[in-house]
Amino acid sequence: MDNLFNRKYIIQGLFIVVALILLGQLFYIQVASDRYFLSANSNVLRKKYTFPARGIIMDRNNKVLVQNEPVYDLMVTPSLVKPFDTAALCRIIGIDMKGFHKRFNKAKNQSRYQRSVFEKQLSVQTYAALQERLSRFVGFETQNRTVRHYPDSVAGQFFGYVKEVSEKDIDESNGYYRPGDYIGKAGVERQYNDVLQGERGVENTIYNARNVPQGSYLNGKFDTLAISGETLVSSLDIRLQKLGEQLLKNKVGSIVAIEPATGEVLAFVSSPTYDPNLMVGRQQGNNYMDIFRLPNRPFTVRPLSGYYSPGSSFKPVDDLIALQEGVIDPNTTFNCPGVYWAGNHPVKCEHVDGNISLRRGLARSCNTYACHVFQKLMTQPKYKSKIAAYDDWQAKVRKFGLGSKLDLDMPFERKGRLFTSEEYTKRFGKYWGYTTIISLAIGQGEMSATPLQMANIMSIIANRGYYIKPHLIKAIGEKRDVKKEYLVKNSVGIDLSHFEPVIDGMQDAVNAPYGTARDSAIPDILMCGKTGTVQNPHGKNHSVFIGFAPRDNPKIAIAVIVENAGFGSAYAAPIASYITETYLKGKLSGNRVDRAEWMKKQVVLPEIPKPKIYWGPKVADSTRKADSAARITVPPAPQKKPAANKKQLQLTK
Amino acid sequence: MSTQQGGRFFFNVDWITILIYVALCTIGFVNIYASIYNPDTSTLFNFGSNYGKQLIFIITALVLGFSILLLDAKFFSVFAPIVYGVTLLLLMVVLVVGRKVAGNQAWIPLGSFRLQPSELAKFGTALLIARYVGNFNPKFRDIKSIFFAGLIICFPLLLIMLQPDTGSALVFLAFMFPLYREGLSGYFLLIFLGMIVLFIADFLVPISVLIPIILLVGGFFAYQNKRKQQMMFSMIIATIVAVAYLFLVKFAYEKVLEPHQRTRIEIILGLKTDPKGAGYNVIQSKIAIGSGQLTGRGFLEGTQTKYGYVPEQSTDFIFSTIGEEWGFVGCSVVIALYIFLLLRVINLAERQRSTFSRVYGYCVASIIFFHVFINIGMTIGIIPVIGIPLPFISYGGSSLWSFTVLLFIFLKLDSNRMGFI
Repeated sequence: MDNLFNRKYIIQGLFIVVALILLGQLFYIQVASDRYFLSANSNVLRKKYTFPARGIIMDRNNKVLVQNEPVYDLMVTPSLVKPFDTAALCRIIGIDMKGFHKRFNKAKNQSRYQRSVFEKQLSVQTYAALQERLSRFVGFETQNRTVRHYPDSVAGQFFGYVKEVSEKDIDESNGYYRPGDYIGKAGVERQYNDVLQGERGVENTIYNARNVPQGSYLNGKFDTLAISGETLVSSLDIRLQKLGEQLLKNKVGSIVAIEPATGEVLAFVSSPTYDPNLMVGRQQGNNYMDIFRLPNRPFTVRPLSGYYSPGSSFKPVDDLIALQEGVIDPNTTFNCPGVYWAGNHPVKCEHVDGNISLRRGLARSCNTYACHVFQKLMTQPKYKSKIAAYDDWQAKVRKFGLGSKLDLDMPFERKGRLFTSEEYTKRFGKYWGYTTIISLAIGQGEMSATPLQMANIMSIIANRGYYIKPHLIKAIGEKRDVKKEYLVKNSVGIDLSHFEPVIDGMQDAVNAPYGTARDSAIPDILMCGKTGTVQNPHGKNHSVFIGFAPRDNPKIAIAVIVENAGFGSAYAAPIASYITETYLKGKLSGNRVDRAEWMKKQVVLPEIPKPKIYWGPKVADSTRKADSAARITVPPAPQKKPAANKKQLQLTK
Repeated sequence: MSTQQGGRFFFNVDWITILIYVALCTIGFVNIYASIYNPDTSTLFNFGSNYGKQLIFIITALVLGFSILLLDAKFFSVFAPIVYGVTLLLLMVVLVVGRKVAGNQAWIPLGSFRLQPSELAKFGTALLIARYVGNFNPKFRDIKSIFFAGLIICFPLLLIMLQPDTGSALVFLAFMFPLYREGLSGYFLLIFLGMIVLFIADFLVPISVLIPIILLVGGFFAYQNKRKQQMMFSMIIATIVAVAYLFLVKFAYEKVLEPHQRTRIEIILGLKTDPKGAGYNVIQSKIAIGSGQLTGRGFLEGTQTKYGYVPEQSTDFIFSTIGEEWGFVGCSVVIALYIFLLLRVINLAERQRSTFSRVYGYCVASIIFFHVFINIGMTIGIIPVIGIPLPFISYGGSSLWSFTVLLFIFLKLDSNRMGFI
């Protein structure tokens, strides 16, 4: 033996090192990573899903608003397909050979051995025709599904729509969604998707390497049945909804009606609207684009994302705050010479009323009165500075639900606009005071509210001092569960006694001979309300009416906005009165039936902005599917349209 | 002497090695049974099926092994050149009359059985190398002895390459270890290692980057040794050779290797993924092994095994069955058994009085080591797919018998270690 003997250790060491490398890799693929475990399962297991029916949605009177209709997806497993009469298949499902190859290749690329969708949502008729010959199309099979059907064809923006999940949805769902699943993308379908979608059923089958089924996995231990989605009871009254949509036909605007005692939304109208059934089925994508290109944007949910200056309809809120602060009492009078001078610029009134008190000031919608009240509020001696005064006032206004979201159970609610003192300082510099922001007194200036917020203010006044969060779904499921937050009363911090004087004024606005909305008085019902004529820098004024009825024990609070329709009394107030009367009496009385019919026929559409660029003699026909040239000529930029978001008028400089 | 020895005959045999051998064969049988298992038709002793055949192979292998123990120890040393010669002859015959199986002309049909001469070549070469070193005791310091040993190895290697059976040919590199043990310079191992590193680097790094790196490193070492002229000179030579090697690899890769071999290499190096084609075996094998996790799915419970997802599972990919059904624990046990066997064989080799026995022992350990490393490495995706069996475990008579003969010859030599050969 010589020193070569030591080489034994080198060789043995090498063996051990190599063994450790092998063990290291084994540890990695077996213990550290579960990737291979999952791949093994996806090798062997094929999951066959059964899809649950989405939950049904009913209105407040238990009328079914949404139901499900059966459709059939044609599925294909490429590896099983044998040569067949492709032309026959194409004819039945209405595609051409090019489309056939496109779909087949797509399926093949996804997986040769797993089933994938060949053509979606075949109708019952197509299915019947297909079923007869399906045995000749080896490798093809059908899969049941249901799609939504909206029998009344109303409330498109309320329902929203259901669509196939996107890549993003799948990524965000932590593996819950799979390609081909459906998900609510807008409206209630989106908001309550978790409740509506139900539980997918699954059947696990084992397949061998030659793709031959080998029976169920672990005797069906992990198999489940599909569970249908929960039923939703909506707070909508479908009669009101329908009437509202008819009244706003060919107009741009919004109606929100709330039951004050419960916060339940009775009507949720956004005009222009669309038939929700268009957003169902194989033509969904095309219809979507068609609707999307229409003027005045039907997809905008105006009740909660339309921004309007509340205008005169804000006055009751300001008066309530003033009463609570004690800067006025119901008998305080101000002289109205037809104009209020804020420093050296005038705020005009529509009339000259001389000395005017709260009741008449509201009934006549006197700007001078409102400005005086605002001035009083801002110049109380208790405030050390104008900023303190404004901040205090602004905080009180916010309690009425302005400037922040009301948390309606719908997606994409916007919070409206109410400036803080910092924002004013930023805009005007150090030197600003009540005269600078006097337009707030009449609900203009740096203040916007959604129709929902306006209706909610009426709900507060109707309730004399509190509101319940407005909501569209009042109960969920078989047990009719109600969310706890919809039982909480949110106080606005105004004493009960201050409401009656304000309500007096609002009663007169509708019912007194000198009221702004006297033409809209309802026989036998004391409706209280307030008109608003919202100045609109982009075009004609918006017509606004907010109100509630009856005066005692109110059943309905309502806000109506008709864009570019002029005085509040012209369109908004009558529309509100028709809705209110229908809700309270079940029908309209006397000649009001004809007047409502007349209203339905009125066309008050904002001017469509002139196309800026002409690419040729072609004129854009934006109601039809436009070709590419026409598409360019209709600028989709929302700010160009008068019906768009922010309608603001700066009275002050 | 022979009568006296006969009495202590079985006493002298290393029973521990035989125990490990039996354990590995049993593991093999159990897993072959699992990989062919079909719940509808299986009975344990069905001699028509592959596991039934494997049982026959194991029994005959044991008979063969113990018959070898009964032979005279001198026999192997004396007949080494003849065995080697017959092997070479068979390797040439197979090229003429051989039957093509999976692209390799490696089998001679003999009645219902098929003979694989490359299996015989392994112990034929091992015997002759042992005989050569035992007789002449070269220290491999001179070119002549290295050349001569190289010749013994290269004849069968080249003939096997012609089949072409790259996997079996690769195993002949195992003879580096016994030669190293007997005095071959460690540089050969290092050069060999360097060749592998450069080979891999050649695929992953563009040659325009690789050459400057080699020149820089070579230049650095040459500069370090500027006092020692000879060292500096050899450094420069080494650098030039390395660069030439790079081009040679590129050339060989494109002109010599078969397309399927190229694809296998590219898949291992991560240059290509082909889950449906050439990469399928490896991916499925990795999935099967990986899905075993820590403790495995249990005997006959492996879904990948049961439903036939891993091709060649009872032969080259038998380790995937072990991995899936017995998990990391089972794999560790198998690897531990192999390592124990290898270390045991080397320790036995070191206690031999005769150089012949020692060298032969090293040959046995090295050949088994290469098979185990390449086979398991291939199933877990760290080595390209090279079709060689896992010793004692893979299904197949030829391979089991040849490993048995290989090992039992050594056990015979060891039982006779006190005797003079």
